[in-house]
Amino acid sequence: MGGRTIAEKILSEKAGVERAEPGDILECEVDYVMVNDITGVPAFEVCEEICDGGSILNERIVVVQDHYVPAKDVPSAEQSKRLREYAMKHKTHYYEIGRGGICHHVMIEEGFVAPGRLIIGADSHTCSYGAFGAFSTGVGSTEAGVVFATGNLWFRVPETQKFVVEGSLRPFVCGKDIVLHIIGEIGVDGSRYKAQEFYGSTIKNLSLSDRITIANMSVEAGAKTCIIPPDEKVFSFLRGRVRGEFNAVHADEDASYDEIYELNAEEIVPMVAKPFSPQNVVAASDVSVEIDQAYLGSCTNGRIEDLRIAASLLKGRKVHSSVRMIVVPASQHVFKQALKEGLIDIFLNAGAFVCGPTCGACLGGHMGVLADGERCISSTNRNFIGRMGHKNAEIYLASPAVVAASAITGRITDPSSL
Amino acid sequence: MRVWKFGDDVDTDQIIPAEFLTTADPEELAKHAFAKVRPEFPSAVRRGDVIVAGRNFGCGSSREHAPRALKGAGISCVIASSFARIFFRNAINTGLRLIEADISDKVSDGDEIEIDYRKGIIKNITKKEEYVFRPLPEFMENLIEMGGLVPYVKKRKQMKEMTVRGS
Repeated sequence: MGGRTIAEKILSEKAGVERAEPGDILECEVDYVMVNDITGVPAFEVCEEICDGGSILNERIVVVQDHYVPAKDVPSAEQSKRLREYAMKHKTHYYEIGRGGICHHVMIEEGFVAPGRLIIGADSHTCSYGAFGAFSTGVGSTEAGVVFATGNLWFRVPETQKFVVEGSLRPFVCGKDIVLHIIGEIGVDGSRYKAQEFYGSTIKNLSLSDRITIANMSVEAGAKTCIIPPDEKVFSFLRGRVRGEFNAVHADEDASYDEIYELNAEEIVPMVAKPFSPQNVVAASDVSVEIDQAYLGSCTNGRIEDLRIAASLLKGRKVHSSVRMIVVPASQHVFKQALKEGLIDIFLNAGAFVCGPTCGACLGGHMGVLADGERCISSTNRNFIGRMGHKNAEIYLASPAVVAASAITGRITDPSSL
Repeated sequence: MRVWKFGDDVDTDQIIPAEFLTTADPEELAKHAFAKVRPEFPSAVRRGDVIVAGRNFGCGSSREHAPRALKGAGISCVIASSFARIFFRNAINTGLRLIEADISDKVSDGDEIEIDYRKGIIKNITKKEEYVFRPLPEFMENLIEMGGLVPYVKKRKQMKEMTVRGS
């Protein structure tokens, strides 16, 4: 018998079976389940229907207010209120605004995420936690509610694709460019129903923040999960932070992969995904369009490392007169750290607008929704029709460096040309 | 059953834009289904209508509001060459019928069709054609037949309680 991939090992262990093969359907025990203000209320409704007054697994449930916070209107305020009431009633882990941030970053900062864990979340970017060697994936509210009540969920064991990235990255090239490059190559369904695993010297040398960006956007290629083998960077981040024990899981040398992709890091340049698909990828230097808005934030690229690179470009410069720039740190911790490092001062002095953590305009919620015909360069993850507002608005996805460089020049710009 | 035809990579932001996600009620959501890309859909859709699409239907956000909106609109089945995985699970778990069949080149918007789920046959009345499809794996068929994940889990829970009491 051949070796096994990380996804196969984690799912087998969580189902209590000796050896699961791709295609098998297993019932697995879930370590943590996360919901937010959009997906949480229906999950609690499902849970209460199943439990019928019985106990729920509150220690495993993490509730984060992040999408429409602070409330944008009365219906979103009512929705948040109901979620708050459910979380209090069932005594779940709960993150109110001012003490949390964007759900995926909160899950990581607060030590819920660790290697070898099976974590689900009622948000598609739950796959981000694979940067720490976890099997994590997005689900719907009903599934989250079932896990609140029972702790278990069915999974189809996925085939795994292996990505090997070797070599040194060029200046200003980061995790976002790697993942956009890959989506451009394999397409928005190139990993549909599959797990991704990442290897190679480039990945080894990447910061955790860049690894999170890669895992985060694996869902834009349709992946079920994306797992990066955990190493010392992961273990040292978790020291003093992680809740409970964990077991790091690695693939066998002779594990069998559905496909193997080899990439040369030196060939990757700063990228842009043009509307209306994340696979519409071109070099930033090949795009020359004027922009109305530059958005720096989201679970994809709202971390302190992202703010640092943007601030390094904006220091002593100004946001172009015809552009509005919006900076949204991913969490309260990131916001405080950015203040401490003087990054917020740099953004404010450059003429950018800075606000507290929220998913905000990334999903066209609030705090930066686009008008008819407007163009936005954005460090977020989706450029679908109407995603950030009007259906005729255009979103160009890029790294924090490209967002900052474009904010300065007023048109999409490769930061190395500044 | 009348066909509503869509292309490849229909994302869940198209199915139900985020600004309407302040409720999870299927009837309410149905009023805004495809609001940006096909604004006539909510008023023109009829109970029992079918969506036929290309590759990767339901990609993007995990919002279960997408299959809920389609169910609320009365869509009886979505036929696509392939489905994005979270949408696929959400549809099955909420009891929305899905068929994986590559027929979008053969079917036109507004065609009348009939589906025999048991035999795996789609009849195009308008074009006088028949297409075959492979039924879902047994586990998923059972889930849909029971009405989704909640009735399935409740039934299993009852069975477990009966076993505990009996032993």
